[in-house]
Amino acid sequence: MSMNWEFIMSALPLYEKAAWLTLKLAFLGILASLGIGLLCSIVLYQRTKGLERLVRVYIELSRNTPLLIQLFFLYYGLTKLGITLSEQTCAIIGLAFLGGSYMAEAFRGGIESVSKSQIESGISIGLSKLQLVRYVILPQAFAVTLPSLGANCIFLLKETSIFGAIAIADLMHVTQDLIGMYYQTFETLFMLVVAYLIILLPLSLFLTWLERKVRYAEFGN
Amino acid sequence: MLSSGINVLFEGSNMQRLLGGLLITAQIAFISIIISSLLGIVVGLMMTLKSRVLQFVFRFYLEAFRIIPILVWLFFVYFGVTNMLDIHLDGEIVAVVVFSLWGAAEMGDIVRGALESLPKHQMESGKALGLSFWQLYRFVLIPQAVRRMLPGAINLSTRMVKTTSLVVMIGVIDVVKVGQQIIERSIIDFPAASFWIYGLIFILYFIICYPLSILSKKMEMKWES
Repeated sequence: MSMNWEFIMSALPLYEKAAWLTLKLAFLGILASLGIGLLCSIVLYQRTKGLERLVRVYIELSRNTPLLIQLFFLYYGLTKLGITLSEQTCAIIGLAFLGGSYMAEAFRGGIESVSKSQIESGISIGLSKLQLVRYVILPQAFAVTLPSLGANCIFLLKETSIFGAIAIADLMHVTQDLIGMYYQTFETLFMLVVAYLIILLPLSLFLTWLERKVRYAEFGN
Repeated sequence: MLSSGINVLFEGSNMQRLLGGLLITAQIAFISIIISSLLGIVVGLMMTLKSRVLQFVFRFYLEAFRIIPILVWLFFVYFGVTNMLDIHLDGEIVAVVVFSLWGAAEMGDIVRGALESLPKHQMESGKALGLSFWQLYRFVLIPQAVRRMLPGAINLSTRMVKTTSLVVMIGVIDVVKVGQQIIERSIIDFPAASFWIYGLIFILYFIICYPLSILSKKMEMKWES
């Protein structure tokens, strides 16, 4: 099977545009899910009454349902309540809804790894609960959390591949369109795989490197 | 408008149709989980063998499924492989093939991790007792490894069930597709149909996945203590 390079060159700008769109939505979604995750993990750690239960329900709902259904519900279902969101807003909210719980779990793991003596020392020198979180727990938890945060980022980036289902012109959508219009199946799929490799491979390698670094840091303790 | 919309779920045979679609989804998930567990054990055992070539091959296989999104794999097989080989494959078959290959890779990694986490003296004591290779695995290593890998394996099953929602993208008439058909047909009588149908599908997935995730969490805690 020979490649139609001419076709590939002509379709390249479409893929480039789609890749940037994917990256933009993923970036905003991941940023929001980091915020949600941090808030949730602090609520869980502080055991804020009422809020704690709400956060637990949210985490279970978000972790045990597929992103595709979350998006369909947001995009098609909520318009019936009079809430109309653009495709891109839906995509970002959906990704943040899904990612928030994963990030919360990652932060929780990090917070739990901070040794008791650290927290007790903090309390004994009279730090308030907030100061304790801000100056003692978070800085230490962050290092331990980094690898799982990175893994979550890759997971969420991969999940963006279903944005095409709510009419966002992402990589999958462009591929489906091109297959439908030109029947250049092999070339379009080749470009799709290459595009995802370009985005995800460096991240994955970086993560492996980071994991090794953090493990060194743990040994140094 | 919204409150009366819930009737769309019980109009005609809508509920039976939705549950029928769910059955297709569940079938794909169930078959894929069985196949990937069986293949995964083989892959995992082979990964623990001290062969550089095997380790490299399986590492590559695993990373290929970890880095490329599953939806891309579904597209690749559904549109690409069928085109190259000039054959037709049903979406269901493609889904089972892709999910099984993905699951086998992940399950293999779980099995490998469980086997490697066993203390070395277990294997050495077995050997010192004069157990054969098969006896060693059958009576010493596998029973202990199974306990360690169950939480991860159940977690993987939950992920696979959630991922089955993607099969609608390659033309399988699953619960999502049936939902879309019902919404399209009842758009005039029940304008709020999409809210209730997608809400129901959301809850259906939750009902399947939530007990699984509780089970895996319970096992994890039991094993840690």
